[in-house]
Amino acid sequence: MIKDGVRKGVPMNGGQAIVQALLDEGVETVFGYPGGAVLPLYDVLYDSELKHILVRHEQCAAHAADGYARASGKVGVCMATSGPGATNLVTGIATAYMDSSPIIAIAGQVATQLIGNDAFQEVDMLGITMPITKHSFRPNNPNDIPRIIKSSFKIAKTGRPGPVVIDLPKDIQEAELDEYIDKPFKLPGYKPTLKGHPLQIKRAADAIINAKKPVILAGGGVIISGASKELKRLAKTIKAPVTTTLLGKGSFPEDHPYSLGMLGMHGRKVANLTVNECDCLIAIGCRFSDRTTGNIAEFAPNAKIIHIDIDPAEIGKNVEVDIPIVGDAKKVLQDILKILEKEDINSQKREWIEKTIKFRNKCMPRLSFDKEIPLKPQQVIKEIMETINDDTIVTTDVGQNQMWMAHFYTSKKPRRFISSGGLGTMGFGFPAAMGAKMALPEEDVVAVCGDGGFLMVSQDLATLREYDIPITICIMDNRHLGMVAQWQRLFYDERMSHTYLGEVPDFVKLAEAYKIDAEKVEKPGEVKEALKRAIKSGGPTIIDIVIDPMEILPMVPPGCGLTEIVGEYKVESEPIKKGKVEGE
Amino acid sequence: MELKTHIISTVVEHKPGVLQRVSGLFTRRGFNIESITVGESETPGLARMTIIAKGDDKLLEQLTKQLNKLIDVIKVRDLEPTNIVQRELCLIKVHALEERARSEIIQYANIFRGRIVDVSTETLTVEITGDTDKIDAFIELMTGFGIKELARTGPTAMSRGSKTI
Repeated sequence: MIKDGVRKGVPMNGGQAIVQALLDEGVETVFGYPGGAVLPLYDVLYDSELKHILVRHEQCAAHAADGYARASGKVGVCMATSGPGATNLVTGIATAYMDSSPIIAIAGQVATQLIGNDAFQEVDMLGITMPITKHSFRPNNPNDIPRIIKSSFKIAKTGRPGPVVIDLPKDIQEAELDEYIDKPFKLPGYKPTLKGHPLQIKRAADAIINAKKPVILAGGGVIISGASKELKRLAKTIKAPVTTTLLGKGSFPEDHPYSLGMLGMHGRKVANLTVNECDCLIAIGCRFSDRTTGNIAEFAPNAKIIHIDIDPAEIGKNVEVDIPIVGDAKKVLQDILKILEKEDINSQKREWIEKTIKFRNKCMPRLSFDKEIPLKPQQVIKEIMETINDDTIVTTDVGQNQMWMAHFYTSKKPRRFISSGGLGTMGFGFPAAMGAKMALPEEDVVAVCGDGGFLMVSQDLATLREYDIPITICIMDNRHLGMVAQWQRLFYDERMSHTYLGEVPDFVKLAEAYKIDAEKVEKPGEVKEALKRAIKSGGPTIIDIVIDPMEILPMVPPGCGLTEIVGEYKVESEPIKKGKVEGE
Repeated sequence: MELKTHIISTVVEHKPGVLQRVSGLFTRRGFNIESITVGESETPGLARMTIIAKGDDKLLEQLTKQLNKLIDVIKVRDLEPTNIVQRELCLIKVHALEERARSEIIQYANIFRGRIVDVSTETLTVEITGDTDKIDAFIELMTGFGIKELARTGPTAMSRGSKTI
């Protein structure tokens, strides 16, 4: 160990200390792009056991670290040089911040004595990222580096997770340490509340017992806290249907008869109408975003709202809450279940769940369009689902492709559906898939992108090829910025301003330039076959799926209540087969 | 809802960037802040920040919660306005060319327990300390003479009695 060397008088510089501290935290892979201000750090990486993935744009490093974190629950690490390298990380950091993803972004900085002089490639990275980070550090002494790394990991992954930026002046990377202290800083201002207040837990349990029509709304916090088991127990115990936010997708198996799918602007009809009718809404680890609630004044009008969240600032921020509980979802649910599992749940709740299941089965959206050309996105998603398994990680980009997936795709396990929710970052899906695959190399990874979003990051096909990262990219190719075009069609008199992307590129030829296998599919049945081949090939693959550019998704127009759904809602003609979990 | 003036006292880590974190938070969350004063506290390494903000109870709740989320912020307390000691310092440079104006300004300053801290042939500079109302009243009086320059620190405050935050 080099760090022991310092004590024995073997010199160690700041760059070595960073790598050592990262290894001590169990980091195996980092994503980055070198440059002048991180040369000392990259010199250490040259012969380090730390695996470095050289991306082709720093934004992809940040998204890949994010995808790595979301798939594995571990902290993702990305690095870039000062100035433009650092600013290219910003979108990725903001994406992670909005979705509470634990990443650490290490950015080079000009040497301490140059800071403030508008030196070459100098930018105020700390200032720029303050509103989009959980915390940030700039060491002014190399001895602080191990402590800063240690504290950064602690801050990033505990409480409500979030990104931490480390701004690293070049001279500090070069300077020698006198001692290696890796005890984290005392952080007297940082004490996340994990255990819910017993009185509030009792009040919540009472409200649930007295409710006739309870509904559970599960957010990303359930997944972060690892509370899926408890969530399922709660739903079963109190006979409550479960709807999720976009980030909550996968927290509850969506093939379970109690699952209503996603709620909100592009949510399932059954979810929106059931939340509208419920008399008790148990919201867990969600932040009531405007995309989830629609018009706040009309949201869950008859419900007593219980809100469980680890971040006290989320409680009462958007929606007035009747019973707030600050704490970790898993711990709080365990405590509530202790009370509830002693209770005999009355027959009224059984009536409610039976009625809801009936309603759910009646309005399952139709997926099968096996005669239509151009392909309908529903048919594409159906074929994807028929090909992959429950452990396959799917990432989405942002826009129609994302909402189609959110609406129609059945996610069964936590951390297997990865999407940029809060920030809605186009170009997220592909690099996030790359990160997810690096985190969990045993699992199949499929990125479902739109043609617009994919083109924002297509240069990183070079990374896929160089490191031979075997993911499959499904491009839902409609040659439009589909979601913006949808809004123009519905709300802007069909004035299609700058949403047509044109006929280039040919994605198969683009892939060829990077020596990546690709095929174009246009007919029902072909997606399934192509995806089977792609996964079997064991290499990176692109499937260019030509879909119907006119297809729009049912939605709640902005500013409307959740029940005011516009757009045709095609319902599956046959009732769905009953799952074996029903009536448990 | 009623817009009340809130006096928020915070204890923060005394290190670079903290003021930026706090003030940046206000801009980002759309909080309207009337003043912030910062200085060392009784504990080495910690600073006390007094923030004056106007808003309804919901805004105040968000403001304190968001402040508490900042890792460098250690304590946040909304002080009860009826049970605090609150002081602000103000320096006023007043036009005072004529003898009569000069003596009037000095008299007013005495009544308000202010001090003349600088004199020139054309101006007098008065230092005055007190709560916001007192300073407002004094400024009002000086307006007639012609205020050439004015600097207020913004209030700093603490609870009465033995209670601390």
